[in-house]
Amino acid sequence: MTGSPGTRTVTAGSMTTKGAKAAYGLAGLAGLLALMEAVPRLGIVDERFLPPASEILGALAAELRTAALWTALGETLGGWALGLAIAFVAAVLAGVVIDLVPGLRAASHSTIEFLRPIPSVALIPLATLLFGASLGSTLLLVVYAAFWQVLIQVMYGVADVDTVADDTARSYGLSRWSRIRNVVWPTALPYIMTGLRLAASVAFILAITAELVVGSPGLGLEIQVAQSSGAVATMYGLVVLAGLIGIAVNLAVRVLERRVLAWHPSVRGEVAS
Amino acid sequence: MTVTERPGLGLRLLRLLGLPILLILAWWAFSVTSESFYVPTPPRVVQAFAETWFSPRLIDDALPSVARLLAGYALATVLGVGLGVPIGLSVRLRAAAEPVLEFFRAIPPPVLVPLIMLLAGIDNGMKILVIVSGCVWPILLNTVEGVRALDQVLSDTCRMYGVRGRSRLRHLVLRGASPQIMAGLRQALSVGIILMVISEMFASSSGLGFTIVLFQRGFAIPEMWSGILLLGLLGFGLSVIFRWMERRVLSWHWSHRA
Repeated sequence: MTGSPGTRTVTAGSMTTKGAKAAYGLAGLAGLLALMEAVPRLGIVDERFLPPASEILGALAAELRTAALWTALGETLGGWALGLAIAFVAAVLAGVVIDLVPGLRAASHSTIEFLRPIPSVALIPLATLLFGASLGSTLLLVVYAAFWQVLIQVMYGVADVDTVADDTARSYGLSRWSRIRNVVWPTALPYIMTGLRLAASVAFILAITAELVVGSPGLGLEIQVAQSSGAVATMYGLVVLAGLIGIAVNLAVRVLERRVLAWHPSVRGEVAS
Repeated sequence: MTVTERPGLGLRLLRLLGLPILLILAWWAFSVTSESFYVPTPPRVVQAFAETWFSPRLIDDALPSVARLLAGYALATVLGVGLGVPIGLSVRLRAAAEPVLEFFRAIPPPVLVPLIMLLAGIDNGMKILVIVSGCVWPILLNTVEGVRALDQVLSDTCRMYGVRGRSRLRHLVLRGASPQIMAGLRQALSVGIILMVISEMFASSSGLGFTIVLFQRGFAIPEMWSGILLLGLLGFGLSVIFRWMERRVLSWHWSHRA
């Protein structure tokens, strides 16, 4: 979980060991599996619409042995990573430029506040027209969605620079570039990493969406194909896979955040406790 | 940011409208000079907007979409907060539920559309269910997190003064968790709009998403742009309303921190 460590010393209560917590977690997962197995088997929901958990996992295992699935997976993750990278670089540059040019922050506020809440799925028809069912569509949606997440955080971050630190750097005669490198960047970095974390999961959602709706190649398209060909267990299996990848994406960004911010008090405190 | 002196009206107007006007002019110049079929001029889009949406379409397509969004969002809020409070309060329940919840949250909500279509058909109920199924996780997880992180001193004080039951829930638990719950609600709102559009693009004969895709397939380009514009305005309008509500609900919180 996200969590703000340091405050959770008291709440542990009876849950003292990590082992007990893991045991409960496993029990919860086992309960979910048992429920998913029992509901269709007992006929509460028709098996044609909700196959038992064992069948879903079996179908997933069968899919994992096909090359097509791995290709699709590669395509999804490729589109995700490329889109995220483009959005990240563009947003950081835009954020820094907005900070550097005097007056631009005030002038761009209304535009950003208007463009930001536009749901990127509104661009689906445009993507379809411009790029069709290809990587371009995925990239358009992913970049639009992820860009704002990072930009907002960058703008908060660069605004948070300690004036004393900045003035000190100034009076020691640090050049503009050196000030950005040594004062602005470390201040903004935690914000930027938060933006990256938010953007990473949004980008994954939009990558899958583009494949599902526009038909760009990837995991989403596989789900769509499984659905329209009536391979119900396979479809559920792929949905489970999408969830697992979503978890992996979250974990990967969190690990990155921890490494990049290893010097930051919030992370150092976490390790110490 | 410490300077509180307000700039003059002219400057404020310039800041508010300057860049948007420049951007629209740039678009105009681009659409006039380029031969691209996909980029209509701004007046053409505005005209299409008026023709398309100030018509029965507004009542037949746009309103039902928004109604489904609000219904799904409200249901997800009730479910998310209703389940989140007990899970957040019980250490054991939370430990058992957390991995499961994390898994469900990690599933990209749009993949649930084909799945729920299969289970619930393609009527109104399915679309609302899709919206609920996507919106509920951020609300639920944030409620759990908010309730877990309740101020220990406040909680002890409540116990000392014998505040329990319903009033404890209202004044301590929900109040204390409300900043986190609002954060969850904000995430859920954008997920909800996405799902509203996608569920209609998939299988539908009415609604905003359906209409926009219809225009795109018929190469009615200015109309398609007008639909994109309408979705943008909807997203913007909902976020403004949300911010206003958030400010009201959390006014105690901000004044407390300031």
